[in-house]
Amino acid sequence: MSDQKSLDIKALGDSAIIIKLGEGIQPSVHQQVKNLSFLLDEYPFDGFIESVPAYNSLAVYYSPYLVYQSTHGFQTDGTPLEKVIDYMNTLAIQMSDLPVTEGRLVEIPVLYGGEFGPDLQIVADTHTMSIEEVIEIHTTPEYLVYMIGFAPGFPFLGGLDERIATPRKLTPRTSIHPGSVGIAGKQTGVYPLETPGGWQIIGRTPTDLFVPDMSPPSLLQSGDKIKFYPITQEEYDEQKKVTTCQ
Amino acid sequence: MSVNVLNAGLLTTIQDIGRTGSQKFGVLVSGAMDSYSMRVANLLVGNEEREGVFEITLFGTMLQFEEDALIAITGGDLQTTIDGIPVANWRPLIVKKGSILKFGFAIEGCRAYLAIAGGIDIPVVMESKSTYLVAGIGGFKGRALQQNDHLSFGQLTESNEKVFARIEQLGTPDWAVPHHLLIRLTSTQTIRIIAGTEYQYVDDASKQRLVSEPYVVTPQSNRMGLRLEGKALLLTEKIELLSEGVTFGTMQLPPNGKPIILMADRQTAGGYPKIGQVITADLGSLSQVKPNAKLYFKLLSHAEAERELIAKEELINQIKIGIQQKFQ
Repeated sequence: MSDQKSLDIKALGDSAIIIKLGEGIQPSVHQQVKNLSFLLDEYPFDGFIESVPAYNSLAVYYSPYLVYQSTHGFQTDGTPLEKVIDYMNTLAIQMSDLPVTEGRLVEIPVLYGGEFGPDLQIVADTHTMSIEEVIEIHTTPEYLVYMIGFAPGFPFLGGLDERIATPRKLTPRTSIHPGSVGIAGKQTGVYPLETPGGWQIIGRTPTDLFVPDMSPPSLLQSGDKIKFYPITQEEYDEQKKVTTCQ
Repeated sequence: MSVNVLNAGLLTTIQDIGRTGSQKFGVLVSGAMDSYSMRVANLLVGNEEREGVFEITLFGTMLQFEEDALIAITGGDLQTTIDGIPVANWRPLIVKKGSILKFGFAIEGCRAYLAIAGGIDIPVVMESKSTYLVAGIGGFKGRALQQNDHLSFGQLTESNEKVFARIEQLGTPDWAVPHHLLIRLTSTQTIRIIAGTEYQYVDDASKQRLVSEPYVVTPQSNRMGLRLEGKALLLTEKIELLSEGVTFGTMQLPPNGKPIILMADRQTAGGYPKIGQVITADLGSLSQVKPNAKLYFKLLSHAEAERELIAKEELINQIKIGIQQKFQ
């Protein structure tokens, strides 16, 4: 433990901590978040409830009462917070032994433009491009899912090509259809549920991103990669039929 | 065994201890706002502590029972009556078939919890019966209760039957759980907080203001969060944060300087500076403040917050043992 750097841990109230694993939005930092989250799921401590990965941090939720009562797996007799910090630091020693894992690649079909992507022309006009160029640029990268949040199954993605980065709409829409694919500044994402929102909507996917009865309920998880590909109206209708029947 | 909703009231939802384990998928925790009251309501009727209960907000809910039922009401005092006769909170009661349970207007606190022996027979979604209003998931059909809804109870367990038999035999007990040890229902409250993850960025004058000035709970407050009105709090520098985990009781500071305290239906992550954190032991009391209530804040150390939390859990254990002994 002596030559091991301690984790940067802050208390998030009396029943959670936030562990910061680096700065900014970078795949290498996020890999650390993923590794620590993986280790914690493999080796949970008594009283551990859940962890939530973010861009560069992992929130860990626990029951201080159970930690207080437990003598199992903790090295010190300190307060619940001290016991959890000590546990996490010990667990983190194994992080460097973990192989770098490639996230799952999830391919997401999108019907771009038209009724389902009313702002595609705005994005194209903003950058004096053709609609085809916008679609080409949007479907080229593999986007990293940094975290799921804001709404159930909603992915915060990294990797949008700055050539199509477009400011949000001045007046948000009161309702955005589930499956809508949008751009907001340097972000791109997909709306799993109907919500209000100010993103520029460029298309729609027939794929369900969130199904409460499924386990896990979210199609995407932190650490996955996604790639969009264009489909036609006929293909959209066909796939929608299939997902509706399931 | 079931109950009919004659009047849904302002906002009545089914809530349990919360939907944990799925926050990483963006799924809110939800659950009872005042989980201490919710847990005790269940214990009083012999349910598991985490079973779903009715969370009744401020006024107006009316339920008609279609069978005899063993119930307990905890939390705020909403001047509850059965067939027009006032009933006492914090103890087990029997409601007769055909009787009408009516919640009047909150005179103390703002949320009452109604537990029914056997629990509520609704699907468990992602390990919880809590209602996730925004996504329309869980609870009763994913929504707040409406007039003419019909909710069935679960099967009575041995532990439910034991309490039921004793209350039938002896009538409503003359004892009640000493709830003042668990939650406070006063209209002005001192809520204890600890430093948040960005507390060090609050300027000295604002740190002082936070623990001396009153903050009023605005009517825009709800199960997602309490929006406070009061002297604005300032940061020493503008800080840009990436979204990260938040929790029940997190006090965020948006750019207007008016704190927001995140409650049961909070989002899973947030990007505002987190200047404080309400201690878990005070979340029940905080969940009972009405709109326009005045709050004062007191700063504790992290270790003190943990001790208060542990003391409350031990109190619940004592209450549990006390109830069990009465129905041996």
